[in-house]
Amino acid sequence: MDESIKKSYEAWEKQTESLIKKYPEEGNFKTTWSDEVKRLYTPLDVGDYSQIGFPGEFPYTRGVQNTMYRGKLWTMRQYAGFGTAEESNKRYKYLLEQGQSGLSIAFDLPTQIGYDSDDPHSLGEVGKVGVAIDSLADMEILFDGIPLDKVSTSMTINATASILLAMYIAVGEKQGVKRDKLRGTIQNDILKEYIARGTYIYPPKPSMRIINNIFEFCSKEMPLWNTISVSGYHIREAGANAVQEVAFTIADGIEYVKTAMEAGLDPNVFGKRLSFFFASHNNLLEEVAKFRAARRMWAKIMKERFNVKDPDALKLRFHTQTSGSTLTAQQPENNIIRVTIQALAAVLGGTQSLHTNSMDEALSLPTEDSVRIALRTQQIIAYESGVTKTVDPLGGSYYVEALTDEIEKKAFEYIKHIDEIGGMINAIESGYVQQEISNSAYEYQKAIESKDQIIVGVNEFVIEEKNPRKTLKIDDALEIKQIEKLREMKSKRDNKAVKEKLDNLERSAKTSENLMYPIIDAVKVYATVGEISNTLRKVFGEYKESVIF
Amino acid sequence: MIKVLISKPGLDGHDRGAKVIARALRDAGMEVIYTGIRQTPEQIVQTAIDEDVDILGVSILSGAHMKLVPKILELLKEKGSKIPVFVGGIIPEDDAIELKKLGVIEVYGPGTPTSEIIDKIKGYFENANI
Repeated sequence: MDESIKKSYEAWEKQTESLIKKYPEEGNFKTTWSDEVKRLYTPLDVGDYSQIGFPGEFPYTRGVQNTMYRGKLWTMRQYAGFGTAEESNKRYKYLLEQGQSGLSIAFDLPTQIGYDSDDPHSLGEVGKVGVAIDSLADMEILFDGIPLDKVSTSMTINATASILLAMYIAVGEKQGVKRDKLRGTIQNDILKEYIARGTYIYPPKPSMRIINNIFEFCSKEMPLWNTISVSGYHIREAGANAVQEVAFTIADGIEYVKTAMEAGLDPNVFGKRLSFFFASHNNLLEEVAKFRAARRMWAKIMKERFNVKDPDALKLRFHTQTSGSTLTAQQPENNIIRVTIQALAAVLGGTQSLHTNSMDEALSLPTEDSVRIALRTQQIIAYESGVTKTVDPLGGSYYVEALTDEIEKKAFEYIKHIDEIGGMINAIESGYVQQEISNSAYEYQKAIESKDQIIVGVNEFVIEEKNPRKTLKIDDALEIKQIEKLREMKSKRDNKAVKEKLDNLERSAKTSENLMYPIIDAVKVYATVGEISNTLRKVFGEYKESVIF
Repeated sequence: MIKVLISKPGLDGHDRGAKVIARALRDAGMEVIYTGIRQTPEQIVQTAIDEDVDILGVSILSGAHMKLVPKILELLKEKGSKIPVFVGGIIPEDDAIELKKLGVIEVYGPGTPTSEIIDKIKGYFENANI
């Protein structure tokens, strides 16, 4: 059959070439990583069917479940949090009332980097990009009236993940929910913080030790908790292309599996608690192929590299967020369309959960109205578009299958190179990964400026815009209020107990003991995020980035 | 040669824009120093003065600009420095107006072509020389 297709295809190409002389093609016919896109894809571009396979079966190209969205829709999970715990608590309750199925907590930068609200480093940052949490007292307010045995909670927290997880456990106990019943995820992916996101505290080695401690603790005490979300999102948003996003994320994932195995965990068990987090950009078919390629690559790596036998530990489960960096400040309503395309790509790619960005995020924090439209976008895809009716509807598309193969091949080349230079930690410390991303970001900017890449409303189809839009602003008085709250809490708590627990933590940090236990003890007596982090800073030191551009 | 310092004050880690601008200015023939992330206003002003830069770029996407930029301007003034300052990031329009009143020469939002920033900086020093 291939021979006859090949013949017909060649005849078709010949005929087309003669037509092109009369009606030339125009446009940019390259993938976003600069490969040529062919005029037409045919069965000749699709490899062995065993690489495509069946959903729920190795190599999981077509999805991790047999029935996918016919069995259960993805979790609609909007990342939210700002200002004080009281305000964020109100937004969470609003989102749950609007039909959202899980919580996703955004913390402010001081909380993420281990500074209290009254630390000089926190100036101007308190409550800005997320909610300010100084101690368990704030966390109790954050989840007030939200039963922790009923929701699953995803926390975007990395360097201080151990502390916030400890607080979540403590809140659960106060609600009468035992830790083995808690469901959720901590991001806990420190490697991408050095690469792209920037909320690291300690150098890589002690950071990996803390992650190791969390893995071990959760494997014993929190069987329902996802202990890491290996994140490509921020790598992509920092400028990486789709191939680099997959390659660097999976290379990070390999490092975490190695770490877990060093902690004595069985990858057959640990693999089931591992999840991933990707971005979804505008190039619909490339993005669909990216998710499919990532799934296949991870299954192969777990099976071949780590000898995993349990099928559930081979499955790459992932959360997707639509791309913040593709949103434009110009004609912001156009962003609703961008988000729709990106969300559709995530669903066609088989995501397990999804955050859709709001149209006004290139201007400021999103307003309640624009957050609702973003959530509605997911609901329209879920209930009106029909794409959920069959599993992996784009499977078998000649182009999508060829792209899937191409992304896999190129990403494996990166991984091979990273292995050769001594693994991901070395690749990050030497600045290799950051340089690759920075190069892609710069190339992309140049493509926009030369109009090789059109951005509607930015470098083409521009209009004069007058009225500034209504944006959400965080009141600066909040910082003062939060600092007052913190001081009052400190004056009321048992400061002797705090000192004792922090001393104990310091002692543990100097040994190889699991730090989760002393951290839980410390948060329960209301030691703050800053106090706990500073205790560990004393022992571990701080990371200093090598500046690359 | 125009010497530029690109800086990231506060705790914000979004450095894609800062890096792209740093590189574009370098490719446009300027001498560029980039501080890296998580600098205090004090550190930035000290570096600007120590390195004797002609102009200072400040990149913030975390929303902390109304605290950190005025602080930088104030510290420059205290030290008797006249280094001009431009700002880039997610800056709502009314805040941009306010920052310009305080002495920032320009505020650049998302989607600004790097060529526009390059022209502005070059133009600024051409006019200053006359």
